[in-house]
Amino acid sequence: MSLTAKKPALPSDDKRWRIVNGTMRRYGFSRDALIETLHTVQESFGYLDKTSLRFVAESLRVPLSQAYGVATFYHLFTMKPPGKHVCLICMGTACFIKGADSLLATAEETLGIKSGETTPDLNASLTTARCIGSCSLAPAVVFDGNTLGNLDPATIRKHLEGWKPA
Amino acid sequence: MSPEELEQLAKDAQAAREQAPHALNICMAAGCLTLRSEAVKSALEEEAKRTGSACRVRGVGCMGLCSMGPLVVSEPGEILYRHVTPADVPELISTLDVAPLARLQCPREQAFFQRQLNIITENSGRIDPDKIDEYLAFGGYEALLTCLTEKTAAQIVLEVSKSGLRGRGGAGYPTGLKWGTVAKSSGTHKYVICNADEGDPGAFMDRSVLESDPHRVLEGMIIAAYAVGASRGYIYVRAEYPLAVKRFTIAIREARRLGFLGSQICNTQFSFDVEVRIGGGAFVCGEETALIASIEGKRGTPRPRPPYPAQSGLWDMPTLINNVETFANIPSIMRRGPDWFASIGTAKSKGTKVFALSGKVRNVGLIEVPMGMTLRQIIFEIGGGVPEGHHFKAVQTGGPSGGCIPEQFLDLPVDYESLREVGSIMGSGGMIVMDDSACMVNVARYFMEFCMSESCGKCIPCRAGTAQMYELLTRMTDGSATLRDLQLLEELCDMVASTSLCGLGQSAPNPVLSTLRYFRDEYIEHIEQKRCRAGVCACSPAEVSA
Repeated sequence: MSLTAKKPALPSDDKRWRIVNGTMRRYGFSRDALIETLHTVQESFGYLDKTSLRFVAESLRVPLSQAYGVATFYHLFTMKPPGKHVCLICMGTACFIKGADSLLATAEETLGIKSGETTPDLNASLTTARCIGSCSLAPAVVFDGNTLGNLDPATIRKHLEGWKPA
Repeated sequence: MSPEELEQLAKDAQAAREQAPHALNICMAAGCLTLRSEAVKSALEEEAKRTGSACRVRGVGCMGLCSMGPLVVSEPGEILYRHVTPADVPELISTLDVAPLARLQCPREQAFFQRQLNIITENSGRIDPDKIDEYLAFGGYEALLTCLTEKTAAQIVLEVSKSGLRGRGGAGYPTGLKWGTVAKSSGTHKYVICNADEGDPGAFMDRSVLESDPHRVLEGMIIAAYAVGASRGYIYVRAEYPLAVKRFTIAIREARRLGFLGSQICNTQFSFDVEVRIGGGAFVCGEETALIASIEGKRGTPRPRPPYPAQSGLWDMPTLINNVETFANIPSIMRRGPDWFASIGTAKSKGTKVFALSGKVRNVGLIEVPMGMTLRQIIFEIGGGVPEGHHFKAVQTGGPSGGCIPEQFLDLPVDYESLREVGSIMGSGGMIVMDDSACMVNVARYFMEFCMSESCGKCIPCRAGTAQMYELLTRMTDGSATLRDLQLLEELCDMVASTSLCGLGQSAPNPVLSTLRYFRDEYIEHIEQKRCRAGVCACSPAEVSA
């Protein structure tokens, strides 16, 4: 049935929509592919927005409210475009015991934003993670996908200063 | 595949391993990778090629002692090298034929290795997790083939029951009993789910097992599917573990290639296949009914049980959900027999447990010990104790559902019951050591913030209760609390624990209750004297410098 139902057109000729469509096809456009598809959208576009949610919801025949509910329920999905650089501070127990909160305070002060925010020039985002599982390196921070361990406030400040546009 | 064919494959794989006179195994699991072990591996490969050394460089899984990474083991002789950098590589390779490089050698004789008992982690750090041949060389899939060709489903369930294996996700439900229930339940389809949504902060056992020996988990899942009559399986992995996802996906592909997955596995009537599902970063999805909702593509909110997933789970069909470590035990139990497994551990908790030892302890890393080992042996012998200048204060087990165990219980043998008696739980295996620089009120607040943010919002006791408890704990840490607040906190703990819908809410008060039980004086100090003896809370700024 799902194979014959009419599919909505791709929102634009942006190639990334075909990647998104590919994920849905792989799951036979079944409804339980919602989360997997949203992962693909976020990997491709960096975040979710109204256009992508509507497209995915219509393609998988789930109510838009359900797609929005899922997108906002799971912490990993974001509805805001991320900054050019992303600093993720692990707040797991081992990192917490070894001073992750002072790292977070330093990062907030250096970037001038709170956790979960992005600088107005979209240069840097600051987020926290529940635990990235790198407890042997506590406290750990992920700078643009690179995990660094045994950090102190001075090092994180130096790193973040380096991101600032000249 | 016939047993003879498998035996031949295993022999070939063994021969291939032994072909080179030397092998250098370098850890490619998350801990060492973060310490740039990838660069060391490339340097080893280049240097071996440049010098024409007959040495095989192999990327392997976790060797346990993560704080000493990047770790390299040279074979034969199993000589362990620590903190290896690309600059050390030429010397390392040129001394292979001579003598161990003493400068980098890490003694194997230390308690960290000697006191462990490796069952689940027996292949970790020895085999290349991306190659099924390497797993076959150590007897991989032998247990599956024996089960499919020589045992009935009922026999397998009986053996699992006899082994005494209990769920390694934390609650310790007897695995055989669960399998038996699913096997007896009727449905047009049955499912097997591997719970790899390792959400407890400070826990990385499942990640390590999946990154180091994914086929072991897969083999356990296939045997389980045969035993309960399931045709389809899922593994639900946290999105925070991309490497585990990648390695398990490769494992599935390789297993399909050799016919251990798919239709008519090993020429029997049994068909089964597995799919990877990636989580969305919600702690509550570790709860089995929430996890099922998430696989169905919905918000991960739990539902009341019964019915249990064993009767009505994924798409309302009988579903077996076990944790990564539980499945990882199965091949060994099938190969070596339930009596062997039951001979390890304590009267009620059998086998070993993998712990992620971290926090204020010298040897940070992953360890596997027999059940019943004391906390003192784990923390002070294996872990090497608390670093110089500080004193042990408590050890936290069980994550946000667990508790803090004080010094007086250090000689407690670790098993499901003993930990519960002292107000904590086994949990999935995170063990975080705290010293006198930790404030127990602040630790309780930390976990309450966690539960508050991770509460799915479905039931009120958890949604509103955790927020109120967090508020009360914040008052204590900032110095504005009264003794009435403490009383209120205790009342709320009782209410949230007894009326929440799922395990998250029911156990959310545990970190508060356990710290209240053993460190009540710290709470009183915060309230009456506005003093934090560890000097971390805002209520006593004068002591921050301490």
